[in-house]
Amino acid sequence: MKIAVCMKQVPDTEASLRVRKDSLWIDEEELTFVINESDGYALEEALTIAEKTGGEVVVFSLGGERVREALRKALALGAARAVHLADPAFEGGDALATGRALAAAIQAQQFDLVLTGSQSGDAGFSSTGSVIAGFLGWPHAWLVMGLEVEDGKKAAKVTREMESGVNEIVRLALPAVIEVQAGINSPRYASLKGIMQAKRKEIAAVTPADLGLGAEEVGAAASLLETLAVFFPESGKGAEIFEGDPADCARQLVEKLRKEARVL
Amino acid sequence: MSKIWVVAQTRADGIHPMALETLVAGQELAAASGGTVDALVMGDSVSARAAELASWELGSVQTLEAPALAAYTPGAYVAALAAAIRANAPDIVLFPHTYQTVDHVPRLAQALGAALVPEVVSFEVRDGAVIWRRPVLGGKLQADVRAKGSPILASVQAGAFSASDRRQGTAQVSALSIDVELEADREILGVEEVAGEHIDLSAADRVVAAGRGVGGEDKLGVVHDLAKALKAEVGASRPVIDSGWLPRDCQIGSSGQTISPKLYFGVGISGAIQHLVGMKGSQVIVAVNKDKSAPIFGVADYGIVGDLHEVIPAVIQALEETEGD
Repeated sequence: MKIAVCMKQVPDTEASLRVRKDSLWIDEEELTFVINESDGYALEEALTIAEKTGGEVVVFSLGGERVREALRKALALGAARAVHLADPAFEGGDALATGRALAAAIQAQQFDLVLTGSQSGDAGFSSTGSVIAGFLGWPHAWLVMGLEVEDGKKAAKVTREMESGVNEIVRLALPAVIEVQAGINSPRYASLKGIMQAKRKEIAAVTPADLGLGAEEVGAAASLLETLAVFFPESGKGAEIFEGDPADCARQLVEKLRKEARVL
Repeated sequence: MSKIWVVAQTRADGIHPMALETLVAGQELAAASGGTVDALVMGDSVSARAAELASWELGSVQTLEAPALAAYTPGAYVAALAAAIRANAPDIVLFPHTYQTVDHVPRLAQALGAALVPEVVSFEVRDGAVIWRRPVLGGKLQADVRAKGSPILASVQAGAFSASDRRQGTAQVSALSIDVELEADREILGVEEVAGEHIDLSAADRVVAAGRGVGGEDKLGVVHDLAKALKAEVGASRPVIDSGWLPRDCQIGSSGQTISPKLYFGVGISGAIQHLVGMKGSQVIVAVNKDKSAPIFGVADYGIVGDLHEVIPAVIQALEETEGD
């Protein structure tokens, strides 16, 4: 099967964040970026299916120069090729603008399946995969915890996570877009051989024009959402915070829990 | 004057509790923007569900009934909603931010070419425009956003509004008809309980919850030691479960258990919104985290900023020293 995987590069969850001077986003200088968590699981799922059924995995990512590092990592893990939506015009879009661009890039080739994560660690729209499916006119499922391509490769059995500890099992006709939940598998590590091979694999940079899209149809120009400001949330009632020597902090906390909160 | 719709998701036992919260959000938005709010209830036979909203202050409760809406599929739901929205032109359509709506509302936004604001936690009306507040970067930050065009679709996060704040009144029920083919785009094969021995954290008086910050399965000892010292059950946030450090039935949050113990003690938990909605009803919340700006401190009563592998042993020692005081 030929499988497309859409990946986003996002700030490392461990990174400490600072709001940019214009307040419109975080300061990305000196930040460490990683492959978005659930997208990493989507890549693993794609590689496993391609190994079982034959075929190849092509990875797609949208963003600036730094995104090539994430694509290179995916190639080292076993993807055959990569497509980089590299033009600055692609950036700053909402899920609709980003989904339109990715759908056009996917449509330029023939795929049996598109896999992506269910939510990004930065914008967190939880939407882009479904929007891609809408533009392609394919069925989709979000928050997928199990995926099994059926014999004949005409359909897939999908386990969707629902609220309160229940999963729903559904069958989708292929081609389809599957948005996987983190935890669906155990992602592999890149081998030295994989890393060496990745250096010779293709990363094709494409522009909106390459995809038959006008610059006004993608990125910030097409976005229906405008960010006015980002900020650290005000803490609600305000936690009483202890800092400094661990033993002192611990003693003060236990004292509070006994005498003030009376929960011990 | 904006026309607001709230799509009130139902489940077997009634209107979804998060849909009730979303109806309150709709009432507040209508009041702030000088608009009207109507509820929309979808399914194959929803008169009993619609009647549950009869004592709410709403312009109307609209029912949208069709055999193809009996079981949820995005294909039928998106087609029905798109047709209803095109015919009635609401300015704003609110949804509860549930696993069902996140599955299909983005697709509805794509079909309509409409703006979508996911996971709204609050809003304000400024110069006639709605400014929506939503979490970004896993809840570490929040963003204020403005949406263009009409309609605007928005989903409301759990716990952002309280159903007990509802304005009471009367609402007339009326039927909405649409003239489109509704086709399922998936075949429903069944449901399964998530496997695992069942630990009911919701009944526990005290819960110690482990987060990714603990650093590894082999480092969970301090969490278990603290739980033992506090006579507490052990829970965890989603990343810990996904990494396989603890079994899935320990999970606290939107895809796990909702708990409200007398004491919640978060260890190495940053406080992503999906976790917070599952524990913020706890009576007393304590958090230990190395990052002072972690969102968990926003809901905590007491916090210690520091390396949990130094702090937790010290807490255990302090508990033992003062035992029986």
